Amino acid sequence: MLIQARGLCKRFERGHVCVDALQDIDLDIEERAFTTVTGASGSGKTTLLLTLAGLLRPTAGSIQFRGAELAGLSDARWAAFRHEHLGFVMQNFSLVPYLTAHENVALPLAIGRGGRAEQHQRATALLERVGLANRADHLPRELSAGQQQRVAIARALANEPALVLADEPTGNLDPGLATDVLDLLRALNEEHGMAILMVTHSPEAARAGTARIHIDAGRVVEHARA
Amino acid sequence: MNLAGIAWRELRHRRSSLVSGLVAITLGIAVVVGVRSVTVASEHAVAVKLDSLGANVLVLPQGATVDDYHTADIDAPTFPEEYVERMVTSALLGVENISPKLTRRTKIEGVSIVLTGILPDSEVASKPTWQLEGLEGAPIEHVCSGRHGVHADPRLQRTVVETLAADECLLGADAAQRLDKVAGDRVALEGQELTVARVLPATGTVDDDRMFMHLHAAQDLLGTGRQVSAIEVMGCCEQISEGLLSKLRNVLPDTRVTGIAQIVSTQIETNRLMDKISWGILLIVLLVGGLSIGNYMWGNVTQRRREIGILRMLGARRGGIIFLLLAKAVVLGVLGGLLGYGIGTLAVVLIGPGTLGLDVRALPAWIGGSLLLAVSVAVLGSLLPAWLASRFDPSANMQEI
Repeated sequence: MLIQARGLCKRFERGHVCVDALQDIDLDIEERAFTTVTGASGSGKTTLLLTLAGLLRPTAGSIQFRGAELAGLSDARWAAFRHEHLGFVMQNFSLVPYLTAHENVALPLAIGRGGRAEQHQRATALLERVGLANRADHLPRELSAGQQQRVAIARALANEPALVLADEPTGNLDPGLATDVLDLLRALNEEHGMAILMVTHSPEAARAGTARIHIDAGRVVEHARA
Repeated sequence: MNLAGIAWRELRHRRSSLVSGLVAITLGIAVVVGVRSVTVASEHAVAVKLDSLGANVLVLPQGATVDDYHTADIDAPTFPEEYVERMVTSALLGVENISPKLTRRTKIEGVSIVLTGILPDSEVASKPTWQLEGLEGAPIEHVCSGRHGVHADPRLQRTVVETLAADECLLGADAAQRLDKVAGDRVALEGQELTVARVLPATGTVDDDRMFMHLHAAQDLLGTGRQVSAIEVMGCCEQISEGLLSKLRNVLPDTRVTGIAQIVSTQIETNRLMDKISWGILLIVLLVGGLSIGNYMWGNVTQRRREIGILRMLGARRGGIIFLLLAKAVVLGVLGGLLGYGIGTLAVVLIGPGTLGLDVRALPAWIGGSLLLAVSVAVLGSLLPAWLASRFDPSANMQEI
């Protein structure tokens, strides 16, 4: 099992107001699985994704990665974990505006002090794979939304992660581009063998997954294989 | 690409905001360099002026007054010439020239004259006006406060003159006139015939009314033994302000050591004031510059909140974020330090002669100081914003939409 969460809770407190964003979540993500998480706005989808990435600390429960407990890790260990094992694709693309497409793709390797040759080789290959080899030297603002998301997908694969966390990756795209991006994610899932956990509120996008989780009010109400 | 490369690309991307950050640090360094350059030029000018004025410290026998020295009373006290040796062997920093002398009032051909025994080489060195008259030889090195060099002004070069022979004398301008003597004439003193080797130029001082001969010849002639009436000392101005007089008193405890206050004090006080002002400005620059850079950095960090979130999401550690921002501060510091040094130096070198009446020169040694200061201010001012940036919640980046 790649990720196993048990009794996962996340409570936000703002003064006297408490919101239980995640309540007693049990979750299994298998190696190579393409899992989609659906639910209404505010149901806790993104909170679940952030908690699994260590970007939010769970209030209770455990998260295991290939059998190793993550919940109690220090900030630095979580950062190392994200760098080594996770890739991210966000709705807002999350590209650094002053870095070229090529440099954005190489960014995870730069953070990890990867050698220049390795950075160049890997970023070039990934941009080629997502069909943007000819836009390598362009800044994000010089690319269309669909192209920016492709750059983000290429970056998510730069450090060869075990799991890609995607938060509404098609949310800012036209239906045609959204389909392209979903096809690309599915193809990369098959080619590279990394698992994908994709949050979406689109039923069409949810159908791309091989496993489906539906969340309502912070609880898993459906966890099924496609 | 690495984190430093990312910092550099961000700087290039946001050039306009870079300029605002750079202006604060550049102006601060320019002011510091400008004021320090003027201070150093002023100190140098004062040192040169003091040298041109001649001796500025007088060592007299205990109980003697400055009046005794000038009137050369026959009963004026003396002290052993050996004190000169004591001063030399004590190797006090700031003693640039020592002129021992024996003065006695005497009569030549019925005219009252002050006879002054001198060591010619020392005396000429302490009297720049004599040097104008060609009583100079090879220049010797000027040493003051550890700075070495030879004065550009030939009048101020340390020089030696041919030793006066035992039967030669120099006459002051007034004395020569009263005695009606010119160079080459002979005068009779205490039964000894002396040749006037040279008539000295008018200086407007007591020297004009004196007759000079070799100290040892004067001692023999007057029968005083190896005694002197006074030792005139040329002290370097900075060392005088740093306690040269008390050090001399320690070396020669049974003498009276006085500074020529009216010459020394005002100029030294001016230098001290300039020095204090320059360090005061340095302190203000540190505070204002640090706060300005801190404010600029905080603005930059707030603007980059999303990028910082992206980097944290991709696995950058808090230390990496701090490094990223401090690397930018270092670049700002290096650029600001170099620009500030250039602008500050250029400004004072150009306006110094016209506005301040000072020949201000560039201080190459301050390039390193400017860089160090600018980088320190930039880094110190950026520490808090960088630390706060490293605490940003990276999840905010993912929840913003």
